[in-house]
Amino acid sequence: MVQVFSTLLPGISVGGQYALIALGYTMVYGILRLINFAHGDIFTVAGFVMFYAVTAMPVQLAIPLTIVVTVLLGFTVERLAYKPLRSAPRMSVMISAIGVSYLLQNLMWYITGGQPQQYPVIPWISDSISVFGAETKRVTVITPILTIVLILALVALIKKTRIGMAMRAASRDFETARLMGIKINSVISMTFVIGSFLAAVGSFLFFSNYSTVSPTVGTMPGLKAFVAAVFGGIGSIPGAVVGGFIIGICENIIRGLGYSTFSDAFTFALLIVVLFVKPTGLFGEKLEEKV
Amino acid sequence: MKKRFALLLTLAMVLSLAGCGGNSGNSDGSGSGNSGGNVIKIGIYEPSSGANGAGGKKEVLGIEYANTQVNTVTIGGEEYSIELVPVDNQSENDKGVSAAQQLVSSGVAVVLGSYGSGVSMAAAPVFEEAKIAAIGCSCTNPGVTLGNPYYFRVCYLDPFQGSVLANLAKDEFSAETAYVFTELGDDYSVGLGEYFTQECNRLGIKVVADQNPQGNTDMSGFVNGAKSAGADVIFAPCSTTVASLLIDQAASAGIPLIAGDTWDDAVILQAASKSKADVYFSTFYDEGASDDAAAFMEGFKAWLNANSDKLSNNGGSDTVSAVSALGYDAYMVAVEAIKAADSADSDAIAQALSGVTYTGVTGDVVFDDEGDVDKNIIFIKGVDTEKGEFYSVKEQGLAQ
Amino acid sequence: METKRNKTILWGLVLIAAFSALSLGAEGIAEATGQTLLMTVLKKGTVYALLAVSMNLLNGFTGLFSLGQAGFMLIGAYAYAILTIPVAKRAGVYQYYDGGIVQFSIPEVFSGVFGDLVGGVIGMVLTLVICGLLAAFFGWLIGLPVLRLKSDYLAIATLGFAEIIRTFIQYESFAPLTNGSNTLRQYPTFKHLYPYVIIVGLCILGIVLLVNSTYGRAFKAIRDDEIAAEAMGINLAKHKMLSFIISSFFAGVGGGLLAMYMSSVQAKGFTVAMTYEILLMVVIGGIGSISGSIIASYLFIGCSEWWLRFLDDPSNNPGGLKLLAPGFRMVVFSVFIMIVVLFFRKGIMGEREFPDLFRQRLKRTKKEAVEK
Repeated sequence: MVQVFSTLLPGISVGGQYALIALGYTMVYGILRLINFAHGDIFTVAGFVMFYAVTAMPVQLAIPLTIVVTVLLGFTVERLAYKPLRSAPRMSVMISAIGVSYLLQNLMWYITGGQPQQYPVIPWISDSISVFGAETKRVTVITPILTIVLILALVALIKKTRIGMAMRAASRDFETARLMGIKINSVISMTFVIGSFLAAVGSFLFFSNYSTVSPTVGTMPGLKAFVAAVFGGIGSIPGAVVGGFIIGICENIIRGLGYSTFSDAFTFALLIVVLFVKPTGLFGEKLEEKV
Repeated sequence: MKKRFALLLTLAMVLSLAGCGGNSGNSDGSGSGNSGGNVIKIGIYEPSSGANGAGGKKEVLGIEYANTQVNTVTIGGEEYSIELVPVDNQSENDKGVSAAQQLVSSGVAVVLGSYGSGVSMAAAPVFEEAKIAAIGCSCTNPGVTLGNPYYFRVCYLDPFQGSVLANLAKDEFSAETAYVFTELGDDYSVGLGEYFTQECNRLGIKVVADQNPQGNTDMSGFVNGAKSAGADVIFAPCSTTVASLLIDQAASAGIPLIAGDTWDDAVILQAASKSKADVYFSTFYDEGASDDAAAFMEGFKAWLNANSDKLSNNGGSDTVSAVSALGYDAYMVAVEAIKAADSADSDAIAQALSGVTYTGVTGDVVFDDEGDVDKNIIFIKGVDTEKGEFYSVKEQGLAQ
Repeated sequence: METKRNKTILWGLVLIAAFSALSLGAEGIAEATGQTLLMTVLKKGTVYALLAVSMNLLNGFTGLFSLGQAGFMLIGAYAYAILTIPVAKRAGVYQYYDGGIVQFSIPEVFSGVFGDLVGGVIGMVLTLVICGLLAAFFGWLIGLPVLRLKSDYLAIATLGFAEIIRTFIQYESFAPLTNGSNTLRQYPTFKHLYPYVIIVGLCILGIVLLVNSTYGRAFKAIRDDEIAAEAMGINLAKHKMLSFIISSFFAGVGGGLLAMYMSSVQAKGFTVAMTYEILLMVVIGGIGSISGSIIASYLFIGCSEWWLRFLDDPSNNPGGLKLLAPGFRMVVFSVFIMIVVLFFRKGIMGEREFPDLFRQRLKRTKKEAVEK
């Protein structure tokens, strides 16, 4: 039992973190049909901002500051790198996303000198606790709970508020939504703001657990979160969450069995299988092929 | 418009190719020219960024300190001042190759480095082709010097280190099962793990092994694996970055850790003290081993403390890492070789190197046919988590 | 049509000969001035030119947005290293696996027949072809499932396959063949620049001929409008697969050449980032322009390896500023790339080729003459 728990717990925890990142991917994809390759790097930037913020101010201030900076970054990236390409082919926007990712990684490398940094200890959530005999950090237990709370809030936002309705309209039919008078640019900005906010929260949880930030650390979690989004059905919020948890747990089971080498490959193999068997993912809606 | 832009860019490329070529050529000419005194260049091929950046910087510090001690050399009756030319190999093999080419391009007579066996092996052919000798400071993998007449090194080798550590596991911990944790794609880590495993098999210790994929920072799976295998000890030859993650997790599982030379670093000290982990590792240098070693320790600390930039490169403390001592020795050996060759020609220095003998702060340096030194004593150190400092456990050699 | 093709071949061969001669000259200059970095840029640039063109064939000419390039390069690089390491050196390279299970070296086999120099070169070139064929075979295998996917799904699936290939190569159980995650080295390489130029030139010439053939026109039709292309009777599956396999083939050859250039190869380095870099070269050069990709490769490598190096040197800082430090070069460089991506979306050449530039100028001068 303890054995099972000590394998499952980290899986659930990392799954929750993937889910938070995956939401950013899935929302952007839902509206813009864009794989935002830079999202994983925005997540990493959040880690570094926290690292530098703590050296100058108490943690209570550093956390909101990190969130604000990350959200601003997400907003700026969209305005500078994606908005000018609104009418361009989708491939151009995707290339722009790859360019932004390249730029952010190089920028972080320059600022930090490329050396991995120790993530600051956030009091309380980094304490060690024991769950059914398995030693772990408190953050492991908090992650799934916090993830679910945030997602309920997000669903409420999307279902009940005006901006949420505008988002749904935009993701259903971009052009018609625009014709109906929805301010499409502010909807898109809002999407990026929410996505970046969730990435910042994800970064607190993720780095509290794994304590080292380096410029390329976000690439893998980013890609895995994207796979989670595809797995759950891109554009679907519950899908991204379920996908995140499944990938996190499977990965840890594979590690537990002693095949760590394959834990990354497994994620991609899963992706390919899903794309075959059910290309729209678990909860995805069928998209019409437009001519 | 676009067409003009295209032509302009092409033109700019051609011009800058020509321009830069000329420029760099000029600056090189004036750098090594005879007008302003004689200069001989020693290249430093070390990582100052990436996973091994912290360790690489410490090795560079040792070299820089040595340069402050001896900064001239007499060749053919004329005095040459020694100029250090550092490049950053970014701890990555592919970046390392172009960094090495940059060194060759700047006309160095001999190269020191690198921290990390993988990057050293990657750059070895570049130095060999340019007929420039390279002296490894802390790259312990046998593959670095094997079959390459231009690569030398001043430290012991992994087969030796691995078997000493396996014996340590048996003697100190009466280990019956050892968990070997290595980093995927790291020649140093995989190699040392392999030699440790070989000796364990000979000693009758059961080995369970796993590899950490690149970029993974989640160590809980490995520690759980060690726990369920009933391991008495975890052997973790890995970079300090990964080590600090692992120490934390292993401490909460209550399994002692053994590691190789990379762990002689202030980062490990902090991590182990914080989490009260039981940590032992092998290293190259002990200040109590000889008078030279003690003198180096004293001088190096004073030099660090007098210079805040250097102190921050050392991780902010004046703890002396073994790699700094090796960097110092490598530099001194290079100087001896230049003297012996009595020439600034890189090939002549390389030929002279094999005959150099030198008593360094980490022991005697006498090269064998492969360019390795025969050092058969390893210092085992541990972490005193109460005081927050390293202590010397013992000197261990192999009963041969 | 026939004459046009012959003309292309003739011009191509003339250009290859000219550039080989130039490369000998450049080597002389580099030797004389001690500028080995010039050779670095030219060699690496030449290899990347092939890689960029092979990616362009897929992404630019067929409209298949694939991000699997690094995986095929990895296959090529490893195939080259495994098949050419001299038998005597295998024990040292496969130091933990008793010299590995491959106990022959193709160049050595040929050296035995034709003498060291000729046989060695034949062996090396032949191995490069094998690298390409192996990569093409894996391209076919991966293409079977992947090519049914559309745009971004195709991108992410190919990216996934590249990662899976990397994992398998690093897998311990295959170590006697691949040396696991350890470095492969001490294989024979071309010391001079001109063999790279000749091989890459011939490969690119092959791609140019393909693009100008009926197949090439079918590829472009698929890129411009899949449904219309299908309506015109173009077999989508067959042509997509063909383009994917051919692109993989040249990526494999390019991987082999890259292994040669780097003189040691390790799976660790062949990450997504490598694919991104090649993609950015294609974008800078112009998606759908072969000459653009070639120019962009040299520009890209030149900037990242050489011309911007001074930005990394703290001693060049203008008074008091601490702006210049290691890594600044790449920041400036990536800002430059973003500018190209955002404001010069067509890249240097757009969809035009180098000869087009002169042709248009000719037309315009004629027009101006008429107006006068």
